Amino acid sequence: MRNLRLLRRFWATSLAADLEYQVNVLIELLAVGGNLAGSLFVLSLLFGQGGSLGGWSWEEALVVLGLYTLLDGITSTVLQPNLSTIVTHVREGTLDFVLLKPVDSQFWLSARTFSPWGLPGVAAGLALIVVAAAQAGARPDGASVVAALVLLLSSTLILYSLWFVLAATSIWFVKVWNATEVLRAALVAGRYPVSAYPVALRTFFTFVLPVAFLTTVPAEAILGRGSAPWLLASLAVAAFCLLGSRKFWQFALRFYTSASS
Amino acid sequence: MPIISARGLSKTYRVADKQPGLGGTLRHFFARRSRDVQAVSDVNFTIEPGEIVGFLGPNGAGKTTTLKMLTGLIHPSAGEVEVAGCVPFRRQAGFLRQITLVMGQKQQLIWDLPPLDSLRVNAAVYGIDDSEAKRRIDELAGMLDLGEELTRPVRKLSLGQRMKAELLAALLHRPAVLFLDEPTLGLDVNAQARVREFLADYNRRHGATVLLTSHYMADITALCRRVLLIHQGRLFYDGSLDGLTERLAPHREVRFELRDPPPAAAFASYGTFESQDGQQLRLLVPRSELTATVGRLLADFDVLDLEVSDPPIEEIIGRLFRQGAVS
Repeated sequence: MRNLRLLRRFWATSLAADLEYQVNVLIELLAVGGNLAGSLFVLSLLFGQGGSLGGWSWEEALVVLGLYTLLDGITSTVLQPNLSTIVTHVREGTLDFVLLKPVDSQFWLSARTFSPWGLPGVAAGLALIVVAAAQAGARPDGASVVAALVLLLSSTLILYSLWFVLAATSIWFVKVWNATEVLRAALVAGRYPVSAYPVALRTFFTFVLPVAFLTTVPAEAILGRGSAPWLLASLAVAAFCLLGSRKFWQFALRFYTSASS
Repeated sequence: MPIISARGLSKTYRVADKQPGLGGTLRHFFARRSRDVQAVSDVNFTIEPGEIVGFLGPNGAGKTTTLKMLTGLIHPSAGEVEVAGCVPFRRQAGFLRQITLVMGQKQQLIWDLPPLDSLRVNAAVYGIDDSEAKRRIDELAGMLDLGEELTRPVRKLSLGQRMKAELLAALLHRPAVLFLDEPTLGLDVNAQARVREFLADYNRRHGATVLLTSHYMADITALCRRVLLIHQGRLFYDGSLDGLTERLAPHREVRFELRDPPPAAAFASYGTFESQDGQQLRLLVPRSELTATVGRLLADFDVLDLEVSDPPIEEIIGRLFRQGAVS
């Protein structure tokens, strides 16, 4: 409850800080529009001759792209602005202030700021999912909507945990900007259905870097092709990753020496 | 019942050892060598509630490391610490609510927003409701002489105004123990004085315990009756400021001019003979015998002029810091 009140304060102040720079607001809005147009263009090239992508029709693949856009929006809204500051906190020693607050430090570092520039992406992703699912002829019932939401939550948690762990390694390596960029680039693979990739990559994206759980699995649930085992597996992976990130953070803090005064 | 106690407190850091130049860089990249550095070793002290204690030492003496162990930011390699009845490194909420750390060279205020926004976040963090937060902000702002600065973006504030706002943010939750690491760093003389007055005032009003490091001796002489001096990781002195002067400079220098100076040997019973330059002589005399010795000199010789120099504490400690050694 107290954390909810805190979250409201956190996000209200970060919104205020963002709006301090008016020109930046305009530029960010343009960037969001440009990104989405680019994604649609690439997908239309892939389907240029008609046909299918790894057994997925154009409309079905659009659902995957919608999920990717949605996740990317969530990333830009919450994950990226927060997790990228962890490195700065470690390098400049301001992590001290976070650790001295009577608030869970992982919560603080993960939820401190909020950037409205991802919200158009979230909206565009949702719209794309709804339209594409309808065109693909999917008539999702209540159960598959719930399943899709649960899967989406799992995928967000998985993405968050991976990113957080990478950022937390800055406690040892101090500079890990590149590593988090590589992660974000790898996740771009989630734009397309995982079955569109060769078997080796598909295995990698399922078991090593769980890209499959991020977009393909939720899309299948929306299209009515979801299965209970995938749902459970996705939840299990999310729980495992989240727990792992917490344990890892506690472990990492034991090595924190705090940048010199 | 002390509010801060350290027993056998030690910290060893592992630091990378890199030779200069390209060769050194390559070797450092492929085969990193490191060595252990003893930052703090076997430090013992206790501080009673309400005390203001100055924490002195040259750069790299282990002051900040000790402060970080006391606040629970780093884990001691050996020894025990207790602050406000808690073990700092566990960083329990009950402990964190009772302490605060102000660092002159780091800031917690949000750069792009007025201090009031940061204060609202801090109020929520410590679970202070809005009306109580407003009351406390008004009180502290009054003591710090802050007004419209609180609604101006932090990036537009002067260093002195920003430091005062930092103090406000750090004290909103009424901590019982204040750890201040160079709180007046870079401030001009007036702003330093304001911060000092505020700290003394806050200590009087709330009975808070303060442990303060500063490179400005004026901060220490104005606020602290007791000082801890740490040198090369060891506690070198714990006691009053006057006692420290006596310990570091047990002698005073007496310069005098005689109409007809006798040979140097004649002064053996007065003090340590330092030098003679024509009619000018210099003697080192123990503090305790100063008045008696001066009296005898005036009685025994035809003294034209006499001057006793009392090196100010700043100079003594400054010299100590520069030399980096304690005799």
